[in-house]
Amino acid sequence: MQAAPATPANTATLVDSPWRRVWQVLRRDRLAMGGLCVLVALTVVALLGKAATEWIVLFDPATVRLVDKFRPPLSQASALLPVRDLPPGGIYLLGTDALGRDVFARMLQGSFVSMSIGLVAVSISVVVGVVLGGIAGYYADVRLGPVTVDALIMRFTDAMLCIPVFFLILVVVALLPASIYNIMIVIGLTRWMGIARFVRAEFLSLREQDFVVAAHALGLPAPRIIFLHMMPNAVAPVLVTATIGVATAILTESALSFLGFGVQPPFATWGNILADGKNFIFDAPWLFFIPGCAIFAIVLAFNLLGEGMREAFNPKLQRR
Amino acid sequence: MGQYLLRNLLQRLVLLVIVSFLVHALVHLAPGEPAEVDPNNPRFKPEDVAKIRAAFHLDEPLHVQYGLWIRDLASGELRSFKDGQPVLPKIWDRFLNSLPLFVCATLIVWTLSFPTGIHAAIRRGSTYDRSTTFIAYALISIPGFFLSYLAILWVVNTFGVPVIGMHTFGNEDAPRWFRGMDRLWHLVVPSLMLAVGGVAILSRYVRTQMLEVIGQDYVRTARAKGLDENTVIYSHALRNALLPFVTMFGLMLPELVSGAVIIEQIFAWPGIGRLSFDAILARDYPVVLTVTLIAAMVTLAGTFLSDILYAVVDPRIRLS
Repeated sequence: MQAAPATPANTATLVDSPWRRVWQVLRRDRLAMGGLCVLVALTVVALLGKAATEWIVLFDPATVRLVDKFRPPLSQASALLPVRDLPPGGIYLLGTDALGRDVFARMLQGSFVSMSIGLVAVSISVVVGVVLGGIAGYYADVRLGPVTVDALIMRFTDAMLCIPVFFLILVVVALLPASIYNIMIVIGLTRWMGIARFVRAEFLSLREQDFVVAAHALGLPAPRIIFLHMMPNAVAPVLVTATIGVATAILTESALSFLGFGVQPPFATWGNILADGKNFIFDAPWLFFIPGCAIFAIVLAFNLLGEGMREAFNPKLQRR
Repeated sequence: MGQYLLRNLLQRLVLLVIVSFLVHALVHLAPGEPAEVDPNNPRFKPEDVAKIRAAFHLDEPLHVQYGLWIRDLASGELRSFKDGQPVLPKIWDRFLNSLPLFVCATLIVWTLSFPTGIHAAIRRGSTYDRSTTFIAYALISIPGFFLSYLAILWVVNTFGVPVIGMHTFGNEDAPRWFRGMDRLWHLVVPSLMLAVGGVAILSRYVRTQMLEVIGQDYVRTARAKGLDENTVIYSHALRNALLPFVTMFGLMLPELVSGAVIIEQIFAWPGIGRLSFDAILARDYPVVLTVTLIAAMVTLAGTFLSDILYAVVDPRIRLS
């Protein structure tokens, strides 16, 4: 595997951006590409799932059918059911749970909820991390009384890093009413420290570079310099951490569900289907293995893509 | 050197104070109070709530409560809300139970991940590298409790050893070696599960670090001198690749405590994780606050030690 030599003709016709080079490296990484494909597929499934369980109700995740408890996957629905309670085609694709609810429908609904928990939580932590890290790096030596802005923000970040994260989440989630939004916010607000730290480090070095000094000299306002000129140069590590962060957030949600603090019943997530399923591991193993494998697949896909991106962005690791 | 250490120590003390402020504010500002644990009980009159609040000083302003907490903690007088037991001995007992778990998990993490990571780096792109990469990602991506349940099922079915709790109930009369083996069996599975994430992450770090070092000029020089490959890898490259890991020791501690909450819950291990989980459920503020503060303290001590160690092993670093 050798890096494709950039011939003059090549560079003349194509804009040879760093992003293109990263994509070249990433495209050869089979694990990362596999992760990307799985993610695209799951996003489609999540969107279709949202459509098929809420907008046009093809699969109803909430129908309770007590005659059809614990049916294994691919089993026929009972003849005793009224017609409006029948699953599509009269078959439970992934079986039913303790209340006779269609596991396939619940998984479909859960895919959207689980994905959005991951994405929203990570967006929150990226925003907080980038803003705090950016301010700390850009206004590093501005003084607020006895301490610099940098010292103030970074000490706060360090303090947050000393507290065991999951513990922090538990303290807050156990005391708050367990709504899906609270869980997203809490997971997001406890994971920004890493992002803040390297955005700051990146900004400290970018601040001294000519293009930033030039932007200053032009008299551009600070937000413009921070977000339009400096941020694009610091975005690579943020992107990597964010991708892996989605994986962590989904895992955290499932761990919270396991402890009983997860998203509460009207919403199905993969985490709470798994947490419910663990009680029936002998009687109805599919209730345990299906959501478990689904979480495993999505988290693995995010992790593989994230690590692939990390390698592609790291110039030190390119083959010489 | 002495001055540096003193200043570093001072900074960490300041950080600890910030952590204590943060945690105290967070726990007290979150909704739900110990006095309101049972709001539906009809025999629970408002004056009873007021009495409880007064007894636990919950009616005082926040800064007064903070002062009382620190005063009681320093004098060892701090008592749990739940059972009136002194907090520090209570935590110490549970910590002693968790200690073997932590030690075993840490040992497993550090002994497994180094050889795996180094080998993967040396044979970059080989089947070994690709399969360990994949296994590592798979291990990070499985929800911890899912894997633990699978492990319990497997161990119980294959070896017929129950793995719940710290030892089998009621075997106090059994021969000494039998009890020893029994304890060991009960320790192995939880500590493996606690170590899984650490092994996967650390072996990846080792691999990346090793790859960076292997690409450097002095390694090429060592090869050009005609040294054999083992000397190049193990005495030239490895020594420099190892340096950053000295600092990771301290940073991995909070993760260990976080992980213990879930693992101890699954394996019914009466350790510090379960103590804090139960304390969170019961709104037992003194225990929650103290455990978090101790965790932060241990983390700070860990990073302080690793800072010093870093300077000791790397002569290029001058503490000043």
